[in-house]
Amino acid sequence: MALDKYGIAKRIAQEIEDGSYINLGIGIPTLVANFIPDHISVVLQSENGMLGIGPFPEEDQVDADLINAGKQTITTSKGSSLFHSAESFAMIRGGHVDLTILGAMEVSENGDIANWKIPGKMVKGMGGAMDLVASADNIIVAMQHKSRSGDSKLLKECSLPITGLRCVTKIVTDLAVIKVLPEGGFELVERAPGVSEEEIIKATAGRLIVKGNIPEMKI
Amino acid sequence: MINKEVKNAEEAIQDIPNGATLMFGGFGLCGIPENAISALVKKGITGLTCISNNAGVDDFGIGLMLKKHQVKKMISSYVGENAEFERQLLSGELAVDLIPQGTLAERIRAGGAGIPAFFTPAGYGTEVADGKEVREFNGKHYLLETGLTADYALVKAWRGDTSGNLIFKGTARNFNPIMAAAGKITIAEVEELVAPGELDPNMIHTPGIYVQRIFQGNNYEKRIEQRTTQLA
Repeated sequence: MALDKYGIAKRIAQEIEDGSYINLGIGIPTLVANFIPDHISVVLQSENGMLGIGPFPEEDQVDADLINAGKQTITTSKGSSLFHSAESFAMIRGGHVDLTILGAMEVSENGDIANWKIPGKMVKGMGGAMDLVASADNIIVAMQHKSRSGDSKLLKECSLPITGLRCVTKIVTDLAVIKVLPEGGFELVERAPGVSEEEIIKATAGRLIVKGNIPEMKI
Repeated sequence: MINKEVKNAEEAIQDIPNGATLMFGGFGLCGIPENAISALVKKGITGLTCISNNAGVDDFGIGLMLKKHQVKKMISSYVGENAEFERQLLSGELAVDLIPQGTLAERIRAGGAGIPAFFTPAGYGTEVADGKEVREFNGKHYLLETGLTADYALVKAWRGDTSGNLIFKGTARNFNPIMAAAGKITIAEVEELVAPGELDPNMIHTPGIYVQRIFQGNNYEKRIEQRTTQLA
């Protein structure tokens, strides 16, 4: 069965290494924080100027001066620090953030990502996404394998305006875990429980490489 | 010490002319100069170019100025929370320049620090790169981006003294300190204005040299866009 958004977040949480600094995008990536195991210590970065995002506040702790990049009220955690926007992106651009997890509308087989604009519809802006994808070495995309209209979001080339070139290293969808190979091409690594290789092949428009028996995800 | 205190927002903004370029601190509605925005709406000046990470919501923040058609151009990174903004953009009443957030922040920082231009990787290979010089360093591509300054920067801090030293709170800091440095005239509003000497010099985020006018703000609404709690 295909994963729901919590399943995707749960699987991505397995990618997280102890002692890392992580930037989580809006949407499914934000949910990943809920599934990081207790024995792993990480620090979450918020692009609006905070390291060490704590849990959402209790009703009586809500502070309008403490929000995350999605404008949700948050708390600090032990060891948090606060800084201005130029400093925040200096640590992103400077390669100090170990892992970036973000959503996407499309990913191409050479790792290009499109997630900021649909021409002819409303343009909301790229926010910090272009800075993140241009700088991070380790970028995991969390998304549905197909769009609402049933089109594959894993393509030979992106059809939407690009956010960044050759930057995505791994994709976790409702159907599969896929590695983007440095030389180009999607390599199928794991299947969602009960999802067949054929189903994934059919849902992937870009070049999908399937080597040997593909295991099911363990979640 | 130099005394930079003015009576209120009306006095602080009284010489801002039509067509000025203004910077507004804030991320979403967090840390925006609420009092200065109200005064600008009341004064009704028009043709403004506004540099702000976001454009407020329909009925708060810069959204109030959009509603009164005071803004000619917005320079922002994300403007997704505002239906009036969308309407004016699609009808051609409003020009907009969308800039990657880190590039926007660094352009402002550079502007205030006397750096005319710099290279950044953000936006290479995208439509953001159109018309910009590309240079390769160590095998990676970068775009040439220029520093940004403004006629006036409108910032909001938690505490300040009458000589212009500022301390911010939480994530309300965001763009405020870098904009304070990038304004030819910087107007700071604070929740608590104190006499020089009352703030610990070790704790100052923005040194007073960057601030030309400061006033005690009042009636802060501090509206929350996405109130999220443990129970939700």
